[in-house]
Amino acid sequence: MELLLASAVGLMTACGVYLILRRRTFPVILGLSLVTYAVNVFLFATGRLAVGAPPVLNKYAEAAYTDPLPQALVLTAIVISFGMTAVVVMIALGAYLSSRSDEINMTETAPEAGEDA
Amino acid sequence: MNHLLIAPVVLPAVVAPFMVMVLRHHLPLERVFSVASTVLLCALALSLASQAYDGTVQVYELGDWPAPFGIVLVLDRLSALMITLTTLLALAVVLYAIGSGWDARGRHFHPLFQFQLMGILGAFLTGDAFNLFVFFEVLLIASYGLMIHGGGTVRLQAGVQYVVYNLLGSTLFLFALGTLYSVTGTLNMADLAMRAAEIPAGDTALLRVGALLLLLVFAIKAAVLPLHFWLPASYANAPLPVAALFAIMTKVGAYAILRMYTLVFGPGAEATAGLAGDWLLPAAMLTLAAGAIGVLGGREIGRLVAFGAIASMGTLLIAISLFTPQAAAAALYYTVHSTLATAVLFLVADQVMERRGGALTATAPMAQSGLISALFFGGAIAMAGMPPLSGFVGKLLVLDAARDAELSSWIWAVILTGSLVTIVGFARAGSEVFWKCHDASLAAEPEEAEAEAEDQPEVTAPAAVPALPFVAIFGLLAGLVLLTVFAGPMMAYAEATAQQLFNPSAYLDTVLGRSE
Repeated sequence: MELLLASAVGLMTACGVYLILRRRTFPVILGLSLVTYAVNVFLFATGRLAVGAPPVLNKYAEAAYTDPLPQALVLTAIVISFGMTAVVVMIALGAYLSSRSDEINMTETAPEAGEDA
Repeated sequence: MNHLLIAPVVLPAVVAPFMVMVLRHHLPLERVFSVASTVLLCALALSLASQAYDGTVQVYELGDWPAPFGIVLVLDRLSALMITLTTLLALAVVLYAIGSGWDARGRHFHPLFQFQLMGILGAFLTGDAFNLFVFFEVLLIASYGLMIHGGGTVRLQAGVQYVVYNLLGSTLFLFALGTLYSVTGTLNMADLAMRAAEIPAGDTALLRVGALLLLLVFAIKAAVLPLHFWLPASYANAPLPVAALFAIMTKVGAYAILRMYTLVFGPGAEATAGLAGDWLLPAAMLTLAAGAIGVLGGREIGRLVAFGAIASMGTLLIAISLFTPQAAAAALYYTVHSTLATAVLFLVADQVMERRGGALTATAPMAQSGLISALFFGGAIAMAGMPPLSGFVGKLLVLDAARDAELSSWIWAVILTGSLVTIVGFARAGSEVFWKCHDASLAAEPEEAEAEAEDQPEVTAPAAVPALPFVAIFGLLAGLVLLTVFAGPMMAYAEATAQQLFNPSAYLDTVLGRSE
């Protein structure tokens, strides 16, 4: 399970970084979401992996439990990254609609280039 | 428990949604509430600073959960200094934004401004690493809105870059926090400090990875050289009053470095000793050099000031990266100076932009050219570190603190050369913008330009020049003058702060509730 999880985090991060280095905003945003998925899984794993254990202490029985804090952190991180992705989509859409180009590069003559296209 | 500690976070958090939901169509009322809230925040910050003045550390436990389990807010001398600086800067910026009419050029300026303040003040007050991440996100998401306030193609494109860069930074922050949590099992800064010291020497690899990842994140916020690319485009294309407020945002990064690498990964901690300084010092020197060269080569006044901000961050981080009490005190003094000087220059640049555009080429004279050029001169000599103003005192303190450092000759060379290049850069910009407009050949050359120049006073003169922007700029300049005049008491406070930072036992005892 450790191998599966670690390679999932690594693969998603690698794909995300590749996409972020692209020139257009759409793959960049996809890449950002992939990286945030990777970090969520990574955060989840920081409390050590346990299968079938509840994230609560049971004072009546000697039951195994898993660390609840990373799960709370992941929830916070999911909410924040969801909101941030929505914001970046809106801003990128605004930039695309006003410049008619979704290239992430900025040049000195960006508005003129937009009019030509 | 002193409930005043959480007021700087709660007040804007209440005022901002109130403005969005109730006052969204009443700009005058929004202005009243925004100014009132900012004034109140100033009063709160000053009263908190007076409480922290004698060196007591106060802790506020949210929900009354004791320290390692709940989130805590901590007030010590450093956070008191930073929140006072933030609120005073915010007051000047909000007055300027109202006076110059920037807040009317798009919707929701004031709510976003209050959310931004909430994030910044929270980041300065929190004593929990994950909570620091949350407040970073609050201040960033508000800054995305402020950055594209007023709209426009170029601003939106710069906004996309800014948001993507910072989202990557946030993701890296989460990776760093996850690594630290997996090693230590805690995210409370005081508890992290205790646990990090207990880790056996052979098992510190992951801890060091986490510490360096965290340094990388804060370096992005502080615009340290290889990671500074987001700053010039976004500051120069943001509304310039907003850029003036952003002057404190780079300081949030510097603050976080100073806090984490004295408290958690302090000079005493064996596993991470010297780790941050070794990486940060060369990067900071390169930052200063790049900033100075950028000032020299800037073709547009907003970018010029943005590179000036990068250069001053370089000087500041050189002082921080030495990690000695003397250097930290110099860094704190320079933080206050650099924030005020950057803000003055951005506001003056906005006045120039409004009148003649930002290009550094000679054009026809603009209205109030004399007054604005005097203000620009004041801001520029403060930023470059020329004698009368606090920049000189600050740089002298940094140079003095670096005297015993290993690379002292390099540090001295970089700071002094950087200052010279910055002076030349600002002098060039000032003469292009304010002097060459009086060149006779310029007025005579194109007929249209002359006609336009003669038309312009008739169009613009009747509109009374609003006084409020100048009140804000003069207020910030007065802050710089006061900082120079009262350099002695200010340095005494900074030295006491540095002592507190490098002897964190009072902080640890208070936060972790260990009785004296």
